Amino acid sequence: MMGFIWFWLVAVMIVGYVVLDGFDLGVGVLHLFLVRNEAERRTTLASIGPVWDGNEVWLLAGGGTLYFAFPLLYASAFSGFYLPLMIVLWLLVLRGISLELRNHIDVGVWRALLDGVFGLASALLAVFFGAALANVLRGVPLQADGYFFLPLWTNWQPGVHPGILDWYTVIGGLVALSALTLHGALWLTIKTSGDLEQRARRIVTPLWLLLAALTVVSLVATIAVRPASLNNYFNFPLTFAIPAGVIASLAGIWLFNRKAQPVKAFLSSCCYLFFMLAGACWGLYPTLLPATTGADRDITMSNAISGPHTLAVGLAWWGFGMALAVCYVVFVYSKFRGKVDISSAGH
Amino acid sequence: MTAELIHRLHFAFTITFHYLFPQLTMGLALLIVVLKSVALKTGSPQWDKAAHFWGRIFAINFVFGVVTGIPMEFEFGTNWARFSRLSGGVIGQPLAMEGVFSFFLESAFLGLFLYGEKRISKLMHWFSAVMVFAGSWISGFFIIVTDAWMQHPVAYDRLPNGQFEVVSFWQLLLNPWALLQYAHNMTGAVVTGAFVMSAVGAFYLLEGHRTNQARIFLKVGVIAGVIASIAIIFPTGDLHGKYMARNQPAAIAGMEGLFKSEAGAGMVLIGQPNEETGEIDNPIVVNDALSFLIYGTTKAEVKGLDQIPRDQWPTALPLLYYAYHIMAGLGTWFVLLMAVAVFLLWRGKLYKARWALWALLLSFPLPYIANTAGWMTAELGRQPWLIYGLMRTSEGYSNTVSASNGLFTLLGFMGLYTLLGLLFTVLIYREISNGPESTAAHEIHAA
Repeated sequence: MMGFIWFWLVAVMIVGYVVLDGFDLGVGVLHLFLVRNEAERRTTLASIGPVWDGNEVWLLAGGGTLYFAFPLLYASAFSGFYLPLMIVLWLLVLRGISLELRNHIDVGVWRALLDGVFGLASALLAVFFGAALANVLRGVPLQADGYFFLPLWTNWQPGVHPGILDWYTVIGGLVALSALTLHGALWLTIKTSGDLEQRARRIVTPLWLLLAALTVVSLVATIAVRPASLNNYFNFPLTFAIPAGVIASLAGIWLFNRKAQPVKAFLSSCCYLFFMLAGACWGLYPTLLPATTGADRDITMSNAISGPHTLAVGLAWWGFGMALAVCYVVFVYSKFRGKVDISSAGH
Repeated sequence: MTAELIHRLHFAFTITFHYLFPQLTMGLALLIVVLKSVALKTGSPQWDKAAHFWGRIFAINFVFGVVTGIPMEFEFGTNWARFSRLSGGVIGQPLAMEGVFSFFLESAFLGLFLYGEKRISKLMHWFSAVMVFAGSWISGFFIIVTDAWMQHPVAYDRLPNGQFEVVSFWQLLLNPWALLQYAHNMTGAVVTGAFVMSAVGAFYLLEGHRTNQARIFLKVGVIAGVIASIAIIFPTGDLHGKYMARNQPAAIAGMEGLFKSEAGAGMVLIGQPNEETGEIDNPIVVNDALSFLIYGTTKAEVKGLDQIPRDQWPTALPLLYYAYHIMAGLGTWFVLLMAVAVFLLWRGKLYKARWALWALLLSFPLPYIANTAGWMTAELGRQPWLIYGLMRTSEGYSNTVSASNGLFTLLGFMGLYTLLGLLFTVLIYREISNGPESTAAHEIHAA
């Protein structure tokens, strides 16, 4: 029971991270080619300025929750994915610093450089996060002691000894990149106005088509790479509602963007991310990290879960703490709601 | 180089660089609340301007703290997997609580404090500053709880598979080691904040401009500085040392370079520990002082390294000894300098005493060194244990991550952090040159 609860609590934290930091990653990618002048760029970056740091907290809080609820998974996955995780960390450092620096440095070439770093780091992070999820879905070559170490790539084939990157995880990376870029575009349709808003709205169409196509491809690929992903769905046919939710969310994005209802379109995109992640989690459940070296080496909910006292103690403060956290998040977003206006400056 | 050494250096380097930023974040957060409170109470625009200026410095410093902090949580898993697997049930808990209880609070109200000044009332802006302060100090607490459990494990049980688990939430949080270390550490952060603020004030006065602002910085910096510099020795350092002597005798013996147990042990002020001869070379010793400081009587016996099995000696003995002596020596200088400065302030002479202003200006790097040396003392004193008395450091690192992979990412971090250090210096230099009258910086952020 505790395993079930914590599996889904960790999943909630991951969804929170992807939905929130997702749009500022997407804005990071988009600002490279959507904006036409400095004022527009400032507007674009100001739309994420007060919130990106808080969005990243979901990653830390989620990581911490994973750490104490499933220490074996944390230890095995983080050391096994050592190289890509370090690259992710470097990208997170570069991204945060370049965003902060560009607000302090007003020399053209430096700014262009920083903007480039910010956009590129955002794009690569999106790809890495997608590829990471795909690695988990595909499975890793777990040894008998529960550890593994993956090279960055081998022969680009998912198999018993794959690399971090193979054709399947690359598809995962592309799905994430297109989904988050679309997510960011929809955020901009809410937060900006005029010409910029129109351009953001127009770019949604090609991004949507790309994402819809990639969604189908990734679904087929996942079933091909790990047929067992479907077991839970056939055992509990009601849960086919999750893929139905994916389709409905995609339709919602399209329709609401057409009707110029940006908030609803953005919320549809949040739903899309939620259903995609929930679908992936449900396809895995109760496995946490499948082994390509034989199902008996899978890291599962029951063999990775912490002791009962730890979890009971954790549950006591977690609900309270997250309720508080959600209050802050709602409060801050409501304080900064509405279109960005860079003439009414803040600090 | 062995994988164990590389993983130790990896964590040591990244955490040392990281902690250069949070110590100022936590110290300044308190001082900004002071500035905002005076501004709110008196309605003085000068104090508001000062708060505004330090808010900008804070913002830059905060971002560097955030981006260098994220790797720390990851490194428990990437570089210390075997440790995390066994101890995650305990120390994962305060680490997750830091995110949930502190970072959400801190980031939300910092966003409001920096970007929302025109959207919220004066009182709400003051409240945001208080919440940022609370968030950063709560965050410090959870990190100390994590470290304190490794120094002095409490409230745990072991499962059949060897994993540790928490048996009491409150015992974990109220670990006596954590409370003492927290008091000592946070005072250290205030020392850093106070010295930095005083140094900028001294700099402006020596340059002969922005004197109104400079006086505010000096007044707040010097008063906070004298209080914190005294408190870091007595009571916080004193109590922490006494508790440590009773619970980690090997660490104290190493710090003091006490090779032989002695009744009426002396305190070595200067001298080099010689591991081969088991003596201190060229010592200057205050007789009986160590016994007195630890046990309150000059007669008491202090346990030396001779009573501790060789395989339980701190592994980097001279480094531990030097780190501790540097911290203690600098702490003494802080009290002297700040006491003189506050005396001059009281006599109304500080703003004209150029020699004192120079001393304050040049001393600003010293608290960073002292805080770093203090943490080195704590962590080197814990060796060879990862969890004191329960798990050795050699049993905790990720043995699936080879030494050369570890070296590769360590070098990567060194390069990246060198760049970060340069950028930080440039940014802070610009802010200080632009001065409190500049309103430019965060305008651009807008929102």
